[in-house]
Amino acid sequence: MLGATLSSGWFLENAWLIPLIPAIGFVFIILFGKKMPQNGSEIGIVSIGISLAIAIGATFQWIDRVNSASGGSDYASGGFFGAFRAIFPTAADGGYGASFVEPVVKSWTWWQSGGLEFGIGQHIDGLAIMLLLLVTFISFLVQIYSTEYVSGDRRYTHFFASLTLFSAGMLVMVLAENMLQLILGWEIMGLCSFMLIGHWWEEEANSRAALKAFFTVRVGDVGLLVGTAIIFFGANDWAVEHGSNGFSIRGISAWALSGEASQSVLFWGGVALFIASIGKSGQFPLHTWLPDAMAGPTPVSSLLHSSTMVVAGVFLVARLYPVFFVGFDILDTTVNFITIIGGITIIVAAALAFVQDDIKKVLAYSTVSQLGYMMLGLGVGAWLPAVFHIFTHAFFKCALFLGAGSISHSGSHHSFDMKKDMGGLAKKMPITAATWMVSTAALCGIPFFSGFFSKDEIIDNASHNGYQFFYYVALVGAFMTPAYMTRATYLTFFGKPRGAAAGEHHDEGHDDAHGAAHADHDDHNGDAHDDHGAHDDHGAHHGPHESPWRITAPLIVLSILAIGSGYLNAPAFGTHYFTDWVEPVGVEVALDDEYGYSSGEDESAGIVLAAVQAGDEEYDVKAKGCGFADPSEGTVCYAPKLSHAVFSWSKAMPSIILVFAGILFSAWVCMGIYGDRRNPFAGLTSKFAPARWVHTLLVNKYYLDHLYEKVIVFAFAHPIARAAYWVNQNILDGIVNNVGRGGRRTGEWVYRNVDQRVVDGAVNASGLAASEGGHALQPVQSGKVNQYGALLFGAATVGAIVLILVNI
Amino acid sequence: MYAVNFLILAAVLFSIGVFGVIARRNAVMVLMSIELILNSVNLNLIAFAMMNNSPEGHVFALYVIAVAAAEVGVGLAMVLMIYRNRRSIALDELSVMKG
Amino acid sequence: MSLMLAADVNVAQNVSFYIIAAIMVFGALRVVSGRNVVHAALWLVVVLGGVAAQYLLAAAEFVAISQVMVYIGAVMVLFLFGIMLTRATIGDEADLNNKNWSIGIPVSLLLAGTLVWVIVDQYGGEVLASPEEPMSTTAISDVFLREGLVPFLALSFVLLAAAIGAIVLARKD
Repeated sequence: MLGATLSSGWFLENAWLIPLIPAIGFVFIILFGKKMPQNGSEIGIVSIGISLAIAIGATFQWIDRVNSASGGSDYASGGFFGAFRAIFPTAADGGYGASFVEPVVKSWTWWQSGGLEFGIGQHIDGLAIMLLLLVTFISFLVQIYSTEYVSGDRRYTHFFASLTLFSAGMLVMVLAENMLQLILGWEIMGLCSFMLIGHWWEEEANSRAALKAFFTVRVGDVGLLVGTAIIFFGANDWAVEHGSNGFSIRGISAWALSGEASQSVLFWGGVALFIASIGKSGQFPLHTWLPDAMAGPTPVSSLLHSSTMVVAGVFLVARLYPVFFVGFDILDTTVNFITIIGGITIIVAAALAFVQDDIKKVLAYSTVSQLGYMMLGLGVGAWLPAVFHIFTHAFFKCALFLGAGSISHSGSHHSFDMKKDMGGLAKKMPITAATWMVSTAALCGIPFFSGFFSKDEIIDNASHNGYQFFYYVALVGAFMTPAYMTRATYLTFFGKPRGAAAGEHHDEGHDDAHGAAHADHDDHNGDAHDDHGAHDDHGAHHGPHESPWRITAPLIVLSILAIGSGYLNAPAFGTHYFTDWVEPVGVEVALDDEYGYSSGEDESAGIVLAAVQAGDEEYDVKAKGCGFADPSEGTVCYAPKLSHAVFSWSKAMPSIILVFAGILFSAWVCMGIYGDRRNPFAGLTSKFAPARWVHTLLVNKYYLDHLYEKVIVFAFAHPIARAAYWVNQNILDGIVNNVGRGGRRTGEWVYRNVDQRVVDGAVNASGLAASEGGHALQPVQSGKVNQYGALLFGAATVGAIVLILVNI
Repeated sequence: MYAVNFLILAAVLFSIGVFGVIARRNAVMVLMSIELILNSVNLNLIAFAMMNNSPEGHVFALYVIAVAAAEVGVGLAMVLMIYRNRRSIALDELSVMKG
Repeated sequence: MSLMLAADVNVAQNVSFYIIAAIMVFGALRVVSGRNVVHAALWLVVVLGGVAAQYLLAAAEFVAISQVMVYIGAVMVLFLFGIMLTRATIGDEADLNNKNWSIGIPVSLLLAGTLVWVIVDQYGGEVLASPEEPMSTTAISDVFLREGLVPFLALSFVLLAAAIGAIVLARKD
């Protein structure tokens, strides 16, 4: 029984403590934070720190477990835990990526209803371990950074409370054992993002941004609930038969790959769940909330919008990958829902990043675009590169956001406007500039930086798996990314210092200038300034300077990781640690009948495994393996068997060339437009009409916000309100008032609507009928409570009578 | 004693309460009408408890009494606040919710 | 009247039921139709007292006591305070009803008709056995503290929240 020989350990068995500790920390901050010497921030940092320690321990033990499963192969893990590792006999034919590593699953009964048991527990596999480590690590750095960045803020304690609870929510979701727990964590995050984005809610723009984020994500959340329900009803019977249930992630995965699942259930469940991902991960067309969410304090942006919250949607797809894999037929098609959305998002968001003046918005759109890459990766069957991109992206994007915060904190007088208040900061803020450059290089995908290794793998695999069109889409994105980042870098760190970066004091004009320039957004600049008014000692008023260590230290750590993290899985150098540790192995796993599903006990719930069948060494992609053929009798699959493109420098060449082309081209254009150098691009938008149109379209964000706020709300809410008005005018008033007037009015109405309309012609009539009908229902919303009461009871009575008559 | 006695009495009280909710202009009066409705429901609960000779109906009636007490407390506080802000508790003058 | 002659119907009980019921209906009508707010509140006391009396007839002593203490003791005092604090006219008021009050008549008549019809249809002729002894408080408390414990605790929170909410709302600042 190989399952029993897998190594485990205290940290792996007790990984459920990781979210629990910050959650308890949150309660303590709320209750006692204000009385603590550091106003509660120390509780947050300590609780996240303990979680980080557990996560690190769990990571090592997981690596150990993987090694014990694959028989201690020589290249993995080196000697980290060598001393603790027993030497196990090599599994059947062991070897790289062939052995199944059983996740550490635990489940306790959360509540019962109608014979169904809802569990809460942990599902620790490579993906969960990776994100647990990532989230605790980034949260830890961000909290340290925040102690400086928001010091003196009037809601300092609440800020740390929300930050801590947010991390707890993400961690709950990451180690969710079943869909309900996942939804729990998902919603906690949604709530906390609302509180954090609206942290400076006194400014109306900020509270609007918070509401927008909350509601937009909620639109997607409907998909999550619907998708969970669809999958549950599809999977439950099969899963119960096999000792699990329809909420359990293992049960769902095994069901999806069992070959007994209905394709259409999987498809629609996948569509619904992917809609949730669209909302949460800021994919087109629900990406509009993410840039607005930059209204929150910068540490919030860096935590929520680079590495945790927006990754939740990607995580959902990665977690339930079998559902999407089978539902969307990922390896047998050349286009599917996920790739379409991901591809559109890459291009659309990257294009928007070119016209932003706010440095954080550039980063926000860049995040959206990179999330598009992750989705595209998942869509084309490149599960591991996509997950690896989550990993690398977290470090460099967090560094970029924190760098932007550092600039505004110490360099540009709390402004984020690159055109007005920045420029030439490279000399004044060397550490920030250096970390920024490194992270930018990683984001752009310059070889030897981490972004290259993950992004290039996605691009390579798109072509490998037959998604040729999306291969080109991804290449275009690879060109655009360095181009907009070069623009941002140029505006921020090079050229002549402008505004606050030049040491100008413009306290009076500050708010006005920004209010006028960005009427609908980023008023947080002025507000941030207000909040920091209480502690002028950091010297922002004496011109740009380097930030204090609590800001630069996280930056340095992150930028080192922005280079280093890529080498965990750099095929160019023959490393594939990340693949070994994280990727679930798609082999058939024998079911053990002896163990049934036994939730409510401490010991592992879900499908318990007895033996592991080794995968074929030379498998044919389209013929064999999990996800391609149904598992044989008595076995189940937990993950599809995916093939990886083999790296070669020649295949990577197009993207490398495009990256450098993007940088050089953009630098040249920037010098023309923003610098002194004369070239054909200077004043392009004023000279050349199509360029101006494109610019206008981009500045208005493709008019998507107009679409949502004006058109859709108008098209739906207004007619309903007017229909209500009509009913009231013509029906309710008619009854209440005397019959004669009602009769006359009806006569008039008939005259107006029937006579006139018919005469006036069909076109006119249909238009007017809609608008008249619309007006009609409005007075139902009279605002009068009595009337509401009359309607309520009247309707209830009528409903009761109908029921009685039906049942007689 | 017939079960219908209690039930019909409760139905009549309920309808009278509904009428009060619809017809009354004064917010306090509306709250009183709601009390009538709640009491008629309680009468029903007690009647059914008697019918089945079980204590559950009584327990539910007690729940309703407790909730009604809470409702009156909050309701009157709201009425007071509305009165302070608008110098009137006439419900038909309150049409902020007008659509 | 066949109603009165049924074998195990306690005549005295029935008579007192009808008397109390008549007073209650009259009181309730006064509550919703009277022109004087204070009088309406006092009529409400009559109705609530009548409900308590009906509880006694139905052998629900504990609930009856609770009804008296909570409603007549506490809620009515609150109502009277509410009336005074909102400076309702002492004496008759012309426009206690809103303009569309007449719509309430068809609605409530329809409602009453439906309910009575359904009740008679379903329970007509069903006789309630007069219990030998009233429902004991022990039995009620057993339900309260066993199956009903969670709602009981939840209700405690509701009351606490309501108390805090009422204070917050009514506070002058």
